[in-house]
Amino acid sequence: MSKYILLRHREIPDINKLDVYKKNGGFEAFRNAVTAMKPDEVTEIVKTSGLRGRGGAGFPTGLKWSFMDNNNWPHYVVANADESEPGTFKDREIMESNPFQFLEGVAISSYAVGANAAYVYCRGEFWQVAHYLDEKIAELEEAGLLGENLFGTDYSLRIYTHLGAGAYICGEETALLESMEGKRGQPRLRPPFPPSFGLYGKPTVVNNVETLTNVPLIITNGGQWYKDLGTEDTTGVKVFSLSGRVKEPGNYELPFGTTFRELIYEHGGGIIDDRPVRAIMAAGASSALIVADDKALDTPMDYASVRELNADLGSASIIVIDDTVSIDWVLNKTVHFFKHESCGKCTPCREGNYWMSHIIERIHDGEATQNDVELLHSVANQIQNKCLCALGEFSIQAVMTGIERFPQDFEAAVK
Amino acid sequence: MNKIAEKYADEIQKIIAKYPPEEKRSAVMSLLYIAQREDGHVSKQDISEIAEILEMTSTEVATLIGFYTLYYDKPGAKYRIQICNDLPCALRGADEFITKLCEKLGIQIGETTEDGLVSVEAVMCLAACDKAPMFQVQTGDGLEYHELQSVESTMELIEKWKAARDSQVS
Repeated sequence: MSKYILLRHREIPDINKLDVYKKNGGFEAFRNAVTAMKPDEVTEIVKTSGLRGRGGAGFPTGLKWSFMDNNNWPHYVVANADESEPGTFKDREIMESNPFQFLEGVAISSYAVGANAAYVYCRGEFWQVAHYLDEKIAELEEAGLLGENLFGTDYSLRIYTHLGAGAYICGEETALLESMEGKRGQPRLRPPFPPSFGLYGKPTVVNNVETLTNVPLIITNGGQWYKDLGTEDTTGVKVFSLSGRVKEPGNYELPFGTTFRELIYEHGGGIIDDRPVRAIMAAGASSALIVADDKALDTPMDYASVRELNADLGSASIIVIDDTVSIDWVLNKTVHFFKHESCGKCTPCREGNYWMSHIIERIHDGEATQNDVELLHSVANQIQNKCLCALGEFSIQAVMTGIERFPQDFEAAVK
Repeated sequence: MNKIAEKYADEIQKIIAKYPPEEKRSAVMSLLYIAQREDGHVSKQDISEIAEILEMTSTEVATLIGFYTLYYDKPGAKYRIQICNDLPCALRGADEFITKLCEKLGIQIGETTEDGLVSVEAVMCLAACDKAPMFQVQTGDGLEYHELQSVESTMELIEKWKAARDSQVS
């Protein structure tokens, strides 16, 4: 049994070359889908696999595909390669090192939803990645694996890259679509959701890079094969991005259900200078702060189990915090990020993050009183549930749980 | 006369062809990058030329420059060193790295060296958290990642840019 499903470049040298990728079964799943399967059958296999979106929301992928409005054409597929969450760096490794498997995933999903055009929306900072993908797409067109009348059928598909220009909010799918349409990337009111009103108002599936990279092997090996991996709640494997105060930060592909302890200590080599771990952020800067006690460390990382810690697994971007920093410093960092990245559309997020940044700076500079800590908590509380997209929610997770779960750090910081 | 349309006619046609014929506007972000290629920023003239090519208003084009961080409406350094100091990078020494690099260059965060060659900017997450300290270098011509950096390795890079500039001048 191969160790990797996604990060196969770590096992198969030169899998970023088309002949090597093909020798290892590459594009057989796409060929088989297009020549021998109906689009609905492809979607059914993905449904059976239990695959859920890897961008953070965890929505069942096959179900999303089945929502596409078949009374409105053309259909589009957009791969979300806007990877911008602090702590997340998995999609970049996949696209740089195993690009064909990702592109085959885009191709299969396009066939499944009847799209003849697919776009890969890369964040502007992925300039080099986007140009690299352009080369790979050109190779596929030359090899007859993308283009008109594929494999002698009447199915045609073109894939294009589209480069953003620096905006975290464009990772939110409706903001991403606005950006693709040449506008400022600001979220749309939902519903309608993209499968009924997406790119140019047409039915659109937006899927994360990692999600799509799972698809070729699911089609090859079957939905049940994938479902048997991971846990009952969250099937399959995940690329966990491990960062912060660990000895060996990096991407680790592991089954869902692996414990925090195993990831941090066995794979990540433990904490720098063997210090104690204090807090864990499981979904990047958007996370609640988890108190890293034995119970938390032994919690299996799947969506449901992490929820029991009153936190979310999200995109599984595990930021490890030790006792060399204080939690008010951590909040100063996360709030600064969200203040910068708020798109400005919803007042609670735009104004709330501005005020939160002023208050947390005052606290961190030692110029605040306990009243300011309560004020900060209250501002965060008032952002909750009042914004069009999740950015507003994300921005308050660390603030509220930091104050609630690490009060001693704030007592020490105020006058 | 539309200079951008003339000078980059083929390239612009290829970009527009990626999108449905009635959705030319989708090409605007790529065209803004083209406008930045020569002198690192988008001028008022560039804005009206892009607007004309894509049948948008100048306001619709200009609003994007303010919204997206990689576009500039004023000239800046030839090489913009954009260092991530978000939480994961800061947990691995990014703040200290910025401070020391700025000291070495004799500038503050956000400033440009006197010769106009280099600026140091603190930016948001660049999806390389395991390789901090890291930065991207933005020029008019594109972006390049530099990971696991030190002040020494960065100064070596800057020396190379200086040498390249000096050889061009002579």
